[in-house]
Amino acid sequence: MEIVSHIAGSTLDGLGYIGSLASLGARAAYDTLVAPFHGKPLRLQRAISQAMDVGVRALPILSLITFFIGLILALQAAYELRQFGAMSAVATAVAVSMSRELGPLITAIVVIGRSGSAFAAEIGTMKVSEEIDALETMAISPVSFLVAPKFLAMMVMVPCLTIWANAMGILGGSLFGVTQADFTFVRYVRASIDSLLLRDVTSGLVKSVMFGITITAVGCLEGLSTGAGAEQVGRSTTRAVVVSIFLVVVVDLFFTTLFFFAGSR
Amino acid sequence: MTTDHTLPVPHLEPVISLRDLRVNYGEREILHGISFDVVRGETLVILGGSGSGKSTLLRTLVGLEKPNSGEIVIRGRDLAKASTAEMDEIRRKIGMSFQGGALFGSMTVGENVALPLREHTRLEDSTIEIILRLKLQQVGLEGFEYYAPSQLSGGMKKRAAVARALAMDPEILFFDEPSAGLDPIIAAGIDQLILQLKRAFRMTIIVVTHELASAFLIADRMLLIDKGNIVAIGTTEEMRSSTQPRVRQFLDRIAEPEISGEMDYLQMLTADRPHPQSAAGKRG
Repeated sequence: MEIVSHIAGSTLDGLGYIGSLASLGARAAYDTLVAPFHGKPLRLQRAISQAMDVGVRALPILSLITFFIGLILALQAAYELRQFGAMSAVATAVAVSMSRELGPLITAIVVIGRSGSAFAAEIGTMKVSEEIDALETMAISPVSFLVAPKFLAMMVMVPCLTIWANAMGILGGSLFGVTQADFTFVRYVRASIDSLLLRDVTSGLVKSVMFGITITAVGCLEGLSTGAGAEQVGRSTTRAVVVSIFLVVVVDLFFTTLFFFAGSR
Repeated sequence: MTTDHTLPVPHLEPVISLRDLRVNYGEREILHGISFDVVRGETLVILGGSGSGKSTLLRTLVGLEKPNSGEIVIRGRDLAKASTAEMDEIRRKIGMSFQGGALFGSMTVGENVALPLREHTRLEDSTIEIILRLKLQQVGLEGFEYYAPSQLSGGMKKRAAVARALAMDPEILFFDEPSAGLDPIIAAGIDQLILQLKRAFRMTIIVVTHELASAFLIADRMLLIDKGNIVAIGTTEEMRSSTQPRVRQFLDRIAEPEISGEMDYLQMLTADRPHPQSAAGKRG
């Protein structure tokens, strides 16, 4: 009986947390999409500088990781495919699994590590040093000042990073294709592009937008709910990373299932 | 004089009036029915020990904590019942200087001071620049607009925070522990600044502190709060000559009696434990 009530309690907590995320997201969406038409400023400058941080500065590390992931995928695919003498299918395997799944997912994980944690730390530090209180006493909403620009930046930059990650993954695969599977570079790239359907790419991008929203909501919510004291900032940051990874996987599962039944490939 | 909330000068309209204000943190009641008035142009110093509820009182006055019951009327509007838009309007007429300054680390001093102007007015950049210079001059920080807050000393940070609080020409200025963490000379400088603001702009100023010397220097009236209740309120002279034991103990800096038994100690721990959130404001 105690277990049942414990499970029920945790489930309610979880639903409450999702509710807080949704409410934060909705307030930020209002500030970004509706409020500018009521004479409130849209903080484009802040969003652009966030986008630089979230997007452009993530490129080197994301490129390296997804290049390796593409190479690993090619190796793993080839391990199975060579038994059937179907090494030429390596390009397809890499391109499809990058665009549909690993491109968005690896990008999300890199973004969680770089930006989700940074959001929680930045807002958490501001909370601890009374800067959030200061914003409120100046009649500036912390959500529209701090959170909304982050949402805007992430919703634009995470899909962009995902496209880049897909390309880098295919490039990584081509290293194997060219050296081990009798492809020329041009043929490998052409084979990859030919194997992709538009919906492979778009389904990945839809997921990446949702990942971006999830990561921002969790990072900002954890930051805003930081308690008193510097060690709480560390706790918030850790929680932001762990919860984001978990929720990104859940969102991924949800949308993958949806796409699976919506249009079978 | 005790919890009497009559005005020092009866015919003056109060700028702030509190009636039976009760504030909870979770289950625990921190303020047990606070009532007092503040009139235009006066400086009220709220005194109290750690965990007395003085920080909570200040946070409630600027709308950072919601009262459980009671009224906080600022400029004719009840804060407890105000909508977000009404709240924002009240907040544009108040300025708050936080204990650690609470300057935004990612902006320069100038950007910090200009922020409320950029957010709430449609002034030209050149006008904002002029106001910004003026405000920095008022707090004795001219020429520091391009500095990062991290490059400033503790006293300068507080001055910059005051400049930011002054940006919108507030009618009421709140200070949370203005001299906490400062050496006596710098702290005296901040006291002088508060006095200057009071004389030059006839601003209504509310200061929360436990620094007695500073309190007696800047206050028109004082309020001593203990365990969430007002112990005494009155002019500085009235406070000095008060015979109330708790006031005397505070003003004469007499320590609490030594704890004798185990039960006493446990009782003290459970009864007087400051709430974690009110303890959060006790840095520096």
